[in-house]
Amino acid sequence: MNNKVMIGMSGGVDSSVAAAVLKKEGYDVIGVTLKIWSDEMCGTQPERGCCSLSTVEDARRVAFKLGIPYYVLNFQDIFKENVVDYFANQYIKGRTPNPCIACNRFVKFGSMLEKAVSMGIDRIATGHYAIIEKDPVSGRYLLKKSVTDKKDQTYALYNMTQYQLERTLMPIGRYDKETVREMARDMGFHVAEKPDSQEICFIPDNNYGAFLQSIAKRAVKPGKFVDTKGNVLGEHKGIIYYTVGQRKGLGKSFGKPMYVVRIDAERNVVVLGEAGEEYSIGLIASDLNWIAFEKPDKPITAKAKVRYLAKEAEATISPLEDGKVCVYFEKPQRAITPGQSVVFYDGDVVLGGGIIEEQINRS
Amino acid sequence: MDRKIVYVDHAATTYVKPEVFEAMKPFFTDFYGNPSSIYYLGRESKKAVEEARQKIADCIGAQSSEIFFTGSGTEADNWAVRGIAFANIKKGKHIITSAIEHHAVLEVFQYLQSEGFEVTILPVDENGFVNPEDLKNAIRPDTTLVSIMFANNEIGTIQPIKELVSIAREKGVIFHTDAVQAMGNVDIKVNELGVDLLSMSAHKFYGPKGVGALYIKKGTRINSIMLGGAQESRRRAGTENVAGVIGMAAALELAYKNLDNYNKHLKALSNRLIDKVTERIPYVRINGDRDIRLPGNVNLSFNFIEGESLLLMLDMKGIQASSGSACTSGSLDPSHVLLAIGLPHEIAHGSLRVTFGEKNTEEEVDYIVDNLEEIVGKLRMMSPLYEDFVKNDPGIKVTNHKAI
Repeated sequence: MNNKVMIGMSGGVDSSVAAAVLKKEGYDVIGVTLKIWSDEMCGTQPERGCCSLSTVEDARRVAFKLGIPYYVLNFQDIFKENVVDYFANQYIKGRTPNPCIACNRFVKFGSMLEKAVSMGIDRIATGHYAIIEKDPVSGRYLLKKSVTDKKDQTYALYNMTQYQLERTLMPIGRYDKETVREMARDMGFHVAEKPDSQEICFIPDNNYGAFLQSIAKRAVKPGKFVDTKGNVLGEHKGIIYYTVGQRKGLGKSFGKPMYVVRIDAERNVVVLGEAGEEYSIGLIASDLNWIAFEKPDKPITAKAKVRYLAKEAEATISPLEDGKVCVYFEKPQRAITPGQSVVFYDGDVVLGGGIIEEQINRS
Repeated sequence: MDRKIVYVDHAATTYVKPEVFEAMKPFFTDFYGNPSSIYYLGRESKKAVEEARQKIADCIGAQSSEIFFTGSGTEADNWAVRGIAFANIKKGKHIITSAIEHHAVLEVFQYLQSEGFEVTILPVDENGFVNPEDLKNAIRPDTTLVSIMFANNEIGTIQPIKELVSIAREKGVIFHTDAVQAMGNVDIKVNELGVDLLSMSAHKFYGPKGVGALYIKKGTRINSIMLGGAQESRRRAGTENVAGVIGMAAALELAYKNLDNYNKHLKALSNRLIDKVTERIPYVRINGDRDIRLPGNVNLSFNFIEGESLLLMLDMKGIQASSGSACTSGSLDPSHVLLAIGLPHEIAHGSLRVTFGEKNTEEEVDYIVDNLEEIVGKLRMMSPLYEDFVKNDPGIKVTNHKAI
């Protein structure tokens, strides 16, 4: 492999420092920003979200400061197809997708890596908090948690293939956020104090409902709230406005706390349950990717994480015949949500993960 | 600079010629007076500005009182279109342009449309020409303005301006032409063309950036867009860019003096590039008309690959070329010009514009061709589109590219 690295720069502190670290390590660094959203959209939210022109200007300033070539690449079509449309379609199906996972899988480590390789650049790099290491025993590339538990981003990276891991560098995985900010300050980067991005980058005001409504008008129609026994409790605004585990914002009071426990898109129904009913003992996951080994041929025990902010929980993972897995938890887990991902860990090592298809509830 | 640089983006901008720079220098440091001031230093500046105006008028066959300096070609375009549209509202609110104008014209039309004007956008044929018949049919009693560019900035096609102007004149409609790309490349004489307004920009013909001019034929009814001063016969407020306009005049004089030789030089380089590329690289398309075009412009589309990767890889080899017009964020959208001449979306994404200038050499053309052949070959080897194409037609030769 050659010495060239294409680094994705968002204009934030993490990717800026990552670029600097690579430069210091002697790589031939080429900075790029993926332009994933149209100018029209950015015009309305100029200061926020990954897409705005100001992030391009921030990234460009850092690249100039480092003296590395910098380009803006047009990824609008790729992003729309693989992330935005996917996001909307999943919601319409009553599922709650994680767009960052889709973006990492198809855009960053898919199309961006492809683009780099086609241009004769053998590696890409990102400012993710995660560690990529080669296991001397198995010869496989492993994905491991970053040193900083708070910022660890491995949950959103579990889809990486061996090909991608071999060609990807994550230079700040061994630092914690405070150290990264400190490094940015030392190097005089103007983005050193820039706040972390929080929301989904293409919904800068975090108003999912309005966003989904705007791109899927005809699919949004009101339906019924029902309880777990099928009794009608009232009317909902349309399934896209709800996610499993949600208690607030149901638009209606039921006399006691009620939670969304399930969404049935086919019947356009939102199932509500009382406290406790939003817990499930297991799940079925599909579309698995395994990193630490080829694939499990017998049940394994591991820690499983069912959403980005969930705590890891002890679980037994059993392969099913159709390539899916069945996951049983030692203790029931709250708000297991179809469309989200489940990621499996052995200590610091990401074993793999998949997409949650359905809950398994005690009958 | 120790890296190899081959600059072939003269349609984006040019360097300032040394003799132009020399002419400008004293007006930065010695003769810095404000031309509106009454004392000696002010008078000296004023005199220099008026001499520059005269020189430009002489070059293009105008009266000096018909030349108005602006801050850019874009400002000249904005002024022409807005100024004419609003000044002639009593006659009507219908205005006409073409589909391949620069954004400095097109976006003003869009703005005017949002302000209640009716806009007709004329199509172009596959070589980028506006059909004079289309213009004839589009003009109505309430039409006040036709704005059609002299030569296209992306594909170089030169419009039949004289013919278009005569159609507009016959119907009493004001005609503006954006000549930003053509000026300095083509022998333009406004009195022969008959246009009412014409825009130009100094940095496209080896003058400085930040200076443009609008020719406004005497008697043309136009509103001002810059208010707040008596400069430019009260029509364009703002202290004159004295050194800038002097540079512009010096550059234009040089350009008109050397027009024939310059044209011959550019044409030779363009032909060499086109001949070698078509000989050595298959599935390439030359955009724009082969003959009626700016002499230094070559616009190529390579099937199966993206222009973006191509440009980046050329940059890594020191070749400074573009895919069309430079855009603020630096990212590439499919060109409205290439879409207008009927290229499909995926090919409109993959074009390369090479625009030669005075200092380019045959060796540089060969260096470009060598690198193009290698890069296009590499990118095609990685392209799923190309793979499908080869698969579906096993009869075709898998080109002369070696796999990497």
